[in-house]
Amino acid sequence: MALEPVKQVRGRAVHVPANDIDTDRITPARYLKVVTFDGLGEALFYDERFNADGSEKPHPLNDPRFQGASILLVGANFGCGSSREHSPQAIYRAGFRAIIGESFAEIFFGNSTALGVPCVAAARADLETLVWAVKQEPGLEVTVDIENLEVRYGERSFTIGLPTTAQKALTEGRWDPIADLLEAGDLLEQASARLPRATR
Amino acid sequence: MGKSLYQKVWESHAVRTLPNGQTQLFIDTHLIHEVTSPQAFGMLRDLGLKVRFPERTFATVDHIVPTHSLLEPFEDPQADEMIRQLRKNVRDFGITFFDVTSGLQGIVHIIGPENGITQPGMTIACGDSHTATHGAFGAIAFGVGTTQVRDVLATQTLAMAKQKVRRINVDGSLQPGVYAKDVILHIIKVLGVNGGIGYAYEYGGSVFDNFSMEERMTVCNMSIEGGARCGYVNPDQTTFEYLQGRAYAPKGAAWEQSVQRWQALASDPDAHYDDMVEIRAEEIAPTVTWGINPGQGCAITDRVPNPADYPQAERAGLEEALKHMNLQPGQAIKGVRVNVAFLGSCTNGRLSDFREAAKYLKGHRVAPGVRAIAVPGSQQVARACEEEGIDKIFTEAGFEWRSAGCSMCLAMNPDKLIGDELCASSSNRNFKGRQGSATGRTVLMSPLMVVAAAVTGRVSDAREVFGVGELVDA
Repeated sequence: MALEPVKQVRGRAVHVPANDIDTDRITPARYLKVVTFDGLGEALFYDERFNADGSEKPHPLNDPRFQGASILLVGANFGCGSSREHSPQAIYRAGFRAIIGESFAEIFFGNSTALGVPCVAAARADLETLVWAVKQEPGLEVTVDIENLEVRYGERSFTIGLPTTAQKALTEGRWDPIADLLEAGDLLEQASARLPRATR
Repeated sequence: MGKSLYQKVWESHAVRTLPNGQTQLFIDTHLIHEVTSPQAFGMLRDLGLKVRFPERTFATVDHIVPTHSLLEPFEDPQADEMIRQLRKNVRDFGITFFDVTSGLQGIVHIIGPENGITQPGMTIACGDSHTATHGAFGAIAFGVGTTQVRDVLATQTLAMAKQKVRRINVDGSLQPGVYAKDVILHIIKVLGVNGGIGYAYEYGGSVFDNFSMEERMTVCNMSIEGGARCGYVNPDQTTFEYLQGRAYAPKGAAWEQSVQRWQALASDPDAHYDDMVEIRAEEIAPTVTWGINPGQGCAITDRVPNPADYPQAERAGLEEALKHMNLQPGQAIKGVRVNVAFLGSCTNGRLSDFREAAKYLKGHRVAPGVRAIAVPGSQQVARACEEEGIDKIFTEAGFEWRSAGCSMCLAMNPDKLIGDELCASSSNRNFKGRQGSATGRTVLMSPLMVVAAAVTGRVSDAREVFGVGELVDA
């Protein structure tokens, strides 16, 4: 299964502020009552973006200046809480291809990487400068360089963090691990034969 | 230098190193439910793959199940579609399913342990972040996403990176009225909601040595709320006594062999830990949350923060939380009006939770205007409560006694908050909108504190309401 390597993500960015944004906020639980991930882009931050009557709240994702952004800028511990993959699926289906934040919750990070969406960590000061620049100029092109672990925009750049395993998975087109896992072949049967199993 | 249980289990389950440097880790037991599995089965079908070891996957239905009526079709057509999909998937792939008619249905993290499916030294994965619950048995258990559910179905393995291990010792004696729930809320408050990122938490010390399995489960359950994907307690005699005789536990000669193996898996006395934290049991008070994440908690006798007292960088977050909760800076948390009381969930929906709450609830009445529901975590828990007459104590007090499910913990079923109702809840998350209304408010607390809130109609100190032990702090 050949996957597209993710070496670089280039596009406009939008900032969704605050730390500890949980996956219930990213995708409220009622949007989990589905048997496919289709259409989940609509659910993204729904209760943050809309009132109960469907009218819009002020939210960066409702701001016409940031429509079409493909890079999400977030705070610390983004994606905490529930393991629901519906959250990164919604982010992906809403058009985002990379997330830059101070830090990420672990399950969210893994779920996003497995979709080919890099979650890269940035120092707060670097992030704040980028957020400021994007607010000044919403059309600013931002490059997330996964190979060189660097974010570039305008005349500026800063270093980003990404575990080597995720970096390799993304840049080598192995972000969906299923092909690698299947290659284990008989090793799986051997492991199953020696490891405990609950049985009645 | 010795090894921790985490290290031993990791090494015995490593199948090979993957090209990107991650470990391909064998998963002994896979638990699935209706919410995070349908897309995984869809991916499996798209790839033309089978379930590699169907005997290692167990299914239940919990999140979407109505707790007031199991009559099918469910009133919610989406929920009905989900249970029908799950039935089709388990049938097509030959997976054991604890359906609503089995008498064994319940929340995934309750039925695994009570059926003896959860065993020490196992790796356990489930598309649910509260999977660390199973760590109470000395299993390495963690939540995964749906793509990973597919990976386990197809290969019984996951691509994983090894975590660091933080040992958390809680030593001393818990004060009367302080429970396992308070212990974990306190730990999260101390270490932060993101303190556990990159770590597995190993809980120990005299408090854990003396805890029952159900108390250990309550603590391990909320590891993820502290950022730790995995949390565990070393297996001991308490673990073995709980497991012996359960349906899926080893029997006869296999039992003796298993106990020996399990004993050897416990962390060595000189095990290496990447971090150590010491907490005194006496410092832990009945704890409640005042904000919008589980780390925003305080002792019931405390006041909520005043953002003005905090550094500039923290103020916006505190203000947002207080605004959502409709609390004034610096106000006492005790006395805040409660609209709903919810007792249940994978955190506190077990027999001992209902037993302890019922012991004090008996003879009291739910305050006028409070909607109170008690939801056993499984059909077995429900039966056990009913055999002891616990259900009667709840209904006579004015609680609704429901059937098993996740219920109002996450409101993917008809049990929801309305508008900005405030819920005194024994569940695990107080996120904005968590309980089904975008403006709904959640205050997390122990089961006893939930019944205290139910009878007074306010966030209350259960020690005062029920005269539990001696009042220690002012």
